[in-house]
Amino acid sequence: MEYQPVRFALPKGRFLSSTAEFLKEVGLSFSGYDAKTRQYCLESAEFPYLSAKVFQAKDIPVQVAVGNYDFGICGLDWIEELQTRYPASALVSVANLGYGDGNVCVAASEKLGLSRLDELPGGGAYRIVSEYPNLAEGMALDFRLGEFRIIPVWGAAEAYPPENADLAVLWHEGETELKAQRLVSLAELFPVMAYLIANRKSLENKDLSQILGRLSPRFVAREDTSRAAREFFRRDRTALKPVLTGWQAKEIKLALPDGHQHGPTTQLLERAGLNFRGYSGRRISRRPVSDLDWLGIKMIRPQDMPLQVANGNFDLAITGEDWLREHLSRFPSSPVEKLLGLGFGGVRIVVAISQDVPADNVDDLRSLVQEGKLAPIRVASEYVNLADKYLRDNRIDPYKLIPTWGASEAFLPDDADLLIDNTETGKTLEQHRLKVIDVLFRSSACLIGNKDSIIQLGKEEKIEFFLAAFRGAVLQ
Amino acid sequence: MLPGDMLRFRHVVDVFRNCCQRWGYREVRTPTLEYLHLFTSTGTLTPGMLRRVYSFLDWDGWSGERVVLKPDGTIPIARLYIDNLSDQEVARLFYVTNIFAFERTGREKRERWQYGTEFLGGTEFTADVEAILLARETMCQMGLGEVELQLSHAGLVKELVREFGLDSGEEARVLNCILEGDWSILEKMEGSNPWLDNLLNGLLNLKGRSSNFLQNIRAISREASPAFRSALDNFINITTSLDDLDCDYSIDVKAISGFEYYTGVCFQFLSGVNRVGGGGRYDDLIPLMGGKKVPACGFALYADPIMELLPGERGNGVERILVRGEELDAGVVNKCFALAKSLRGAGYTAELGFEERKEAGYRWVISISGEGPFVLEDCEGKQRLRVNSEEEVLAAISG
Repeated sequence: MEYQPVRFALPKGRFLSSTAEFLKEVGLSFSGYDAKTRQYCLESAEFPYLSAKVFQAKDIPVQVAVGNYDFGICGLDWIEELQTRYPASALVSVANLGYGDGNVCVAASEKLGLSRLDELPGGGAYRIVSEYPNLAEGMALDFRLGEFRIIPVWGAAEAYPPENADLAVLWHEGETELKAQRLVSLAELFPVMAYLIANRKSLENKDLSQILGRLSPRFVAREDTSRAAREFFRRDRTALKPVLTGWQAKEIKLALPDGHQHGPTTQLLERAGLNFRGYSGRRISRRPVSDLDWLGIKMIRPQDMPLQVANGNFDLAITGEDWLREHLSRFPSSPVEKLLGLGFGGVRIVVAISQDVPADNVDDLRSLVQEGKLAPIRVASEYVNLADKYLRDNRIDPYKLIPTWGASEAFLPDDADLLIDNTETGKTLEQHRLKVIDVLFRSSACLIGNKDSIIQLGKEEKIEFFLAAFRGAVLQ
Repeated sequence: MLPGDMLRFRHVVDVFRNCCQRWGYREVRTPTLEYLHLFTSTGTLTPGMLRRVYSFLDWDGWSGERVVLKPDGTIPIARLYIDNLSDQEVARLFYVTNIFAFERTGREKRERWQYGTEFLGGTEFTADVEAILLARETMCQMGLGEVELQLSHAGLVKELVREFGLDSGEEARVLNCILEGDWSILEKMEGSNPWLDNLLNGLLNLKGRSSNFLQNIRAISREASPAFRSALDNFINITTSLDDLDCDYSIDVKAISGFEYYTGVCFQFLSGVNRVGGGGRYDDLIPLMGGKKVPACGFALYADPIMELLPGERGNGVERILVRGEELDAGVVNKCFALAKSLRGAGYTAELGFEERKEAGYRWVISISGEGPFVLEDCEGKQRLRVNSEEEVLAAISG
């Protein structure tokens, strides 16, 4: 009997090892799917019609919902994140697979002195930071928090409370881990179990029985994720009192990057003669400490920095020009500006396409799209606003933007036609048989600041201190 | 909306505006784009409704401030009143607006129109009766056939739930279910007193057709709290008044859903199975939004189901006249524009045409060539006339 091809979307990261183990146990292993893998496309060892691709867990529900993949395995957190906002999507959550890791909870700084969410005073305009903005909003509505603002971040949500957010909706491994961050869980939303998800049309039309037959003995009862109804009657309209920490007293708040830029930033600081304990060395902290008593420091994601500088949470930050430009494409009137180029972390932001596509520049590409040979063109990018602007400016239409969370090159050629991404040497692109057809700009690390805070009396001088120190370091 | 739809839409709006103005209501309009917190902070829409709003970051969205495409008509009017009209003890306002809600099935409309009134400062039950009668009169004049009026009472339902003596969390859960339309939770509850079971049975399973039904309920709820009995008395006053004014209705306590802000009587209008309108009393909304303690009630009619129910293409009573130039010669063009202007001046609708094609749907077609006379074709009477001047044209078509 002939089977139609069946495609699986499998997770990188947290769930990779446990999912690989699980698939092996049920007799559905994919060669090359292990913690060391650098491969994205995998073949099934058992079924010739079955293949898989490895994605960031966050991308999997979307990929399955749009029908690029028949099945996916990922944590319940990202499934709920999609389904909370788009209950009518074609995503079917088939079954709990019985293994998991951690919980999603609503946490606050232990300094608030609260232990349950219903102890929160009413009438406050809560700032809620989260990697899961839809879940965070759903939580705020269910708990009837009234006025609230969601601060979506790429990561490091735990670094924000209490100064830069009142609540965080985040994944955590357990109480101990939260406690180490000086946070307390006010409500556990659900445990993050691995789920098998499927595309509705695939389930309705394709013969998936062999695969489901292997998986189904391991299905377990699903978790009850329905959040209990919350207090209906209004609480007193007393506002949440601001928590006073040493942070508020700091005149200058500086954000330093984690991830790839962490190493070079450490070297820069060293050359500038700045010693921040907890940023370099063995014990890394989200809150490094400086001898300068007027300086507050936090380590957050570079992607989140322009927004955090714009909203006044930080005065200065070290990020990439790419993320600054991405922010300014979305908010042209934002008060954030580049103060100084720092020279390291140089990349090109490029437009790349499969080597098999007969296009060598943007004009060729436009013709292909206009002739309907590549329309609508699917564009994968971490920089959705830059990509949007580029496509509009170059009159490439119609197009569909697929936001990604890293490893965007894996989307081509099956799940996207065009890539707008950063590249250092171009080697990864070449490995994926992609060619660069245009360069948006060159980007490297830079110091950014808030125009409004720079002109404030007292701050000006201290910001100048940093500029001088960094200028010296860049010249070395 | 296509031209035919727009004719019906305008007809409905015109009827609605005329009725409202005759009852002393004044028209207002609120922005399509509002701040999200206007709708979340008052706790006036259910989480289920708030999950389905179209919201996005504002121009200064780095602060996290979000705006929303208006999901409800009443809350913006309440804000407008608080900000601008709160010195008036009584304000009768009406509006025509579009509201937006997120798709659930992929087949629903994301944008819907509604027509509504808000009577701010109307303390007595007579204000509720006024809202019901005005809505009914409007629908009658629109040409909607039989419309059923169903009545419920939010205050009564809340007090009924309170009679069970639940803890506040459980009581909230029950009320949430009811607001989202799930009444089964109440049906499953067993009261601690037999009278409560009887009361539940009567209220949930019977549909009253007159105030006598509520008087019967009153008789079996002697042990109920004063708050319950006060809500019931208010309901009795309204229904008695409607009885006296020959307004038919049915009492169905389940005829309430979605809006947390109702505090008193709630009503909905049904044509067959289609819900064509609804409203009620919301005494707490203005104070909750930071205004004075101003009681209020209102209703909204839903344009989409109403337009579906109205007869097909509704003419606008205008006879269309085509002025056709036989050639593109400057003299002919000028003559055509001049005649069309005179026709419009005389109150006719005159279109211009210079292309050779068969025209349909006109009452008259007037052809103009270089030197020749005006040739009038009477499309209804199937006859042709030739006249020499604009005056003669006007005389011919005015019959």
